[in-house]
Amino acid sequence: MSDLRVHKTKYINETKRVSFKYDGKNYFGYEGDTLASALLANGVHLIGRSFKYHRPRGIMSCGSEEPNAICQISAKNDLTEPNVRATELEIYDGLEAFSQNCWPNVKFDIGGINNLISPLIPAGFYYKTFMWPKSFWKKVYEPLIRMSAGLGKSPTEPDPDIYDHKYVHYDVLVIGGGLSGIISAKIAAKSNLKTLLVDDKKTLGGSTIYQSNDSFKIDDQHSSKWLEKEINEISKIENLTVKTRTSIAAYHGYNYLLARENLTDHLSIKDKKDKIRQRLWKIRAKKVIVATGAIERPLVFNNNDRPGILLSNSINKYLDYYGVTCGKNIVLFTNNDSAYETAISLYKKGIKNLIVDLRKNSQSEIAKQAQNLGIKIYFNHVVTNTFGYRRINSVELMELSDDGNTTIGNKIKLNCDCLGISGGWTPTVHMHTQSGGKLDFKNDDQVFIPKEIDNDQISVGACNGDFDLETIIDKTVNKINIFLEINNQDYKNTKVDCSIEKEKRNIWLLPNKIPLGKTKCFIDFQNDSTAKDIKLALKEGFRSIEHVKRYTTTGMATDQGKLSNMHALGIIADTAGVKMGTLGTTTFRPPFTPLTFGTIVGRNVGKFFEVVRKTSIHDWHVDNKAKFENVGQWKRPWYYPKNGETKHDAVQRESKAARDSAGILDASTLGKIDIQGTDASEFLNRVYTNAWSKLSIGKCRYGLMLNEDGMVYDDGVTTRLAENHYLMTTTTGGAANVLGKLEDYLQTEWPELDVYLTSVTDHYSTASVCGPNSKKIINKIFPELDLSDENFPHMSFKNTKLDNINCRVMRISFTGELSYEINIESKYGKSLWEKCISAGQEFNITPYGTETMHLLRAEKGFIIVGQDTDGTMTPSDLQMDWIVSKKKYDFIGKRSLYRSDTIREDRKQLVGLLTDDPKEILEEGAQIVLDTNTKPIDMLGHVTSSYFSPNLNKSIALAVVRSGKNMKGQKLTIPMENKNINVTVSDTIFLDKENKRLNA
Amino acid sequence: MFLINCPFCGERDQNEFSSGGEAHIVRPKQPTELSDDQWAEFLFMRKNIKGVQFERWNHSHGCRKWFNVVRDTSNDKIHSVYKMGEKPPVK
Ligand SMILES: [Zn+2]
Repeated sequence: MSDLRVHKTKYINETKRVSFKYDGKNYFGYEGDTLASALLANGVHLIGRSFKYHRPRGIMSCGSEEPNAICQISAKNDLTEPNVRATELEIYDGLEAFSQNCWPNVKFDIGGINNLISPLIPAGFYYKTFMWPKSFWKKVYEPLIRMSAGLGKSPTEPDPDIYDHKYVHYDVLVIGGGLSGIISAKIAAKSNLKTLLVDDKKTLGGSTIYQSNDSFKIDDQHSSKWLEKEINEISKIENLTVKTRTSIAAYHGYNYLLARENLTDHLSIKDKKDKIRQRLWKIRAKKVIVATGAIERPLVFNNNDRPGILLSNSINKYLDYYGVTCGKNIVLFTNNDSAYETAISLYKKGIKNLIVDLRKNSQSEIAKQAQNLGIKIYFNHVVTNTFGYRRINSVELMELSDDGNTTIGNKIKLNCDCLGISGGWTPTVHMHTQSGGKLDFKNDDQVFIPKEIDNDQISVGACNGDFDLETIIDKTVNKINIFLEINNQDYKNTKVDCSIEKEKRNIWLLPNKIPLGKTKCFIDFQNDSTAKDIKLALKEGFRSIEHVKRYTTTGMATDQGKLSNMHALGIIADTAGVKMGTLGTTTFRPPFTPLTFGTIVGRNVGKFFEVVRKTSIHDWHVDNKAKFENVGQWKRPWYYPKNGETKHDAVQRESKAARDSAGILDASTLGKIDIQGTDASEFLNRVYTNAWSKLSIGKCRYGLMLNEDGMVYDDGVTTRLAENHYLMTTTTGGAANVLGKLEDYLQTEWPELDVYLTSVTDHYSTASVCGPNSKKIINKIFPELDLSDENFPHMSFKNTKLDNINCRVMRISFTGELSYEINIESKYGKSLWEKCISAGQEFNITPYGTETMHLLRAEKGFIIVGQDTDGTMTPSDLQMDWIVSKKKYDFIGKRSLYRSDTIREDRKQLVGLLTDDPKEILEEGAQIVLDTNTKPIDMLGHVTSSYFSPNLNKSIALAVVRSGKNMKGQKLTIPMENKNINVTVSDTIFLDKENKRLNA
Repeated sequence: MFLINCPFCGERDQNEFSSGGEAHIVRPKQPTELSDDQWAEFLFMRKNIKGVQFERWNHSHGCRKWFNVVRDTSNDKIHSVYKMGEKPPVK
């Protein structure tokens, strides 16, 4: 046992040694230690460097509020994790931790030079300095900022750990397992309410559980003993679930909360293996009781950041809970009674200590107890400076003036190896404000407390600003009884004896003889912002706390200002001469402590990251070496490279084969909507721009769907299967949205229409066979079908059978070739496809993918909604006026087609482009201009589709160009990085303008 | 993440629903009779109230039904839910 482990406690198992590495050096602690307590037991205080000035920093607290002791865990590229708080991390065998922000090492740090030049790095330094000249950005500023920015290192390989999500519902959720949380959970659960109690620590009991002072007794026992019994009792209540090592990350509206449960972080590397590391609980609770306690405040004075300076109560916890003393000669500097508990605890373990108290005196029981023990107290004194580089070695005190604004008398210098500071307590109101709650300022204690909120939520105990034992128990029981509408009498006769604080003296920024500009009074330790920075921000005109925060970066670090916010607010209020809170309180946002990405995504990694939709023919595509393209959630064959072909070569071969002989495309992913009802025709009339009433049964028609603003929304072929029965196809990506939009109109605008919509996209597989030999292939598959143009013309469909399985064959074409699309129940899709392939073998039937499909349709000038349109194109812009019915009284978007804006002549319009050099392929998205000499260059439009056509043996492109409709023959320029490409505006149809091939 | 009481399915998590913006904007029966300004009023103009707002919601990952919701946008409190075609509750 090290000589700093001065006391045996039940929370540290000294029979189990745990060895770990810190900054490459071997240490050991015991089961129950956190990294912080184990390091302190080894005499290690210096644990990192501050973010901006690289000042040596030490462990400051014992919980989630820790600003300094954050470290990098594990050296492995996949498991390493930055910004882990040493104060929360339980040590385990094999733990490897590193200090952050130090180069080359924690004891000698080059960035420390920033500390010496700190007068040059005031608030807003980055905004002010890294501005001019512009040329400095790339070579000087950016590398400099990048080198010094960021906390810790990210893993560079995938996280091998397993994470989990769980949804739970409870009547009551209690956040925090301290005194008030335990009482609340017990009352709730005993009232037959299904209750969940969560606490982020390993053990329940909060700060009461290690309380051993005679001034705090419940039912004549130490409050810790009494609470232990309560904890023991609640463990037996059946409808109460207790989750320790579980921290609430976010509190959303409607009592929806996210909690992170640590399952294996404390286990040895061997025991962690194959187990779920962390679980994200998604909690819905009818009622939430917030009992998150309070965080001790630091005090703001010159050099208040040296290693060896800790919060007073943390010194107490390290001593009474972990059995570790933070020093051998300790000074406690306080403005309230709680440091006296620490002093007495230290005294009882034989640790030399004294108290410096801002107050003129303290008449409380506990203060008297300290005095009676002979602990030296400097009332009405203030610490004005500290000394010691890697560890504090002395402090300097002075007397305070009557008004507390200045120091008087002579300097007193005291040697010490540790300084405990206590500036009072800040209720942990994060949960309340995250949920949308507002705060009230309580002047007595200088704290913000939750304003009552009407959403089945209540705050009890210290987070509600109730600090003494008696008030906590009384108020908690009363409030819970009202909140849960019950009448619990369990605590009616509970006898509480406790010391009550009577004197208070709060000074946000402590006085000093040294001018503020020459001091280092830290407010935000992690982001290195000082009182001077805040005052400078105010001087420069910032007023709102949100602005001051961002300008000075106060409260913007990974600890989210748990220790710094109150002082920032206080100094702002004092300086601006206004009441606390009038310039705003900061908003606490989730997460309360950082979450790992693993916890957020849970099991949704790898193949479970996103839903993948595959057609029934997918396996064939895989077997035939297709490269796939993601279209929405669908995997679509992109092209089928043969014998090491490039994409370009494969697409050229496929495109040529489809026009020369036969091609086949898996078109199963096109959206399919089954439309039935006596008003089906009328419905189509209203949703498409063209007329549908006269489409006869067995015929197909292409339709264009607009938004109400007149812009093209979707397109596709719809087939009339029967009098009141249609099958609509949509684009692959638009299927769900089109169905949603049609349902919207049916349910809300036209409920009188008798129409029913059903998505049948997944029900049918579609093989599309095209090319001059397609008719022969279809004939081989369906010999009984009369394929003559008279019986089965273009844009018509036939019902038929394939081995007794019903099929629909449509003669429709998206390639301009003679083409048949066969729909069959999905489970027979692959067999249909294979039949087509074998029937087509003698004609060299060539499977082609989406890239070839795009090329073939571009040769014909057919648009792809979403590629050639972008939500700003009307049918007229697309030169598709022919599809807009002049006769129909109304359809979706009709009125918008003659708004003043949509009839402008100079809108961007779809045109064809031919490059002067037929081998030059344009880049899709490339900008189009008239001439490059007049500056600024006027942008006319951009290329939307571009291919090399093997059938025309030249490059073709579609583009949208301002006033393009009237530009045929016009020479335009496409400026690229290294050259200008000359193009000529052409017709949008490049091949077979007469549509002869449809009937080839 | 609030809970919405779908009039057809009951209370469900918000992520099953999609919002359809302001409610009770009726598509004009005779759009061709309208001036540009009148049509623009229907097409573009929407309130964006901080406070009680009448909204359309769709149970898109559920029964696919559209319905109306009276929601306070400042705290997401839902005051009432009613079917399409039903009269809105008075404020
Ligand atoms: Zn529903």
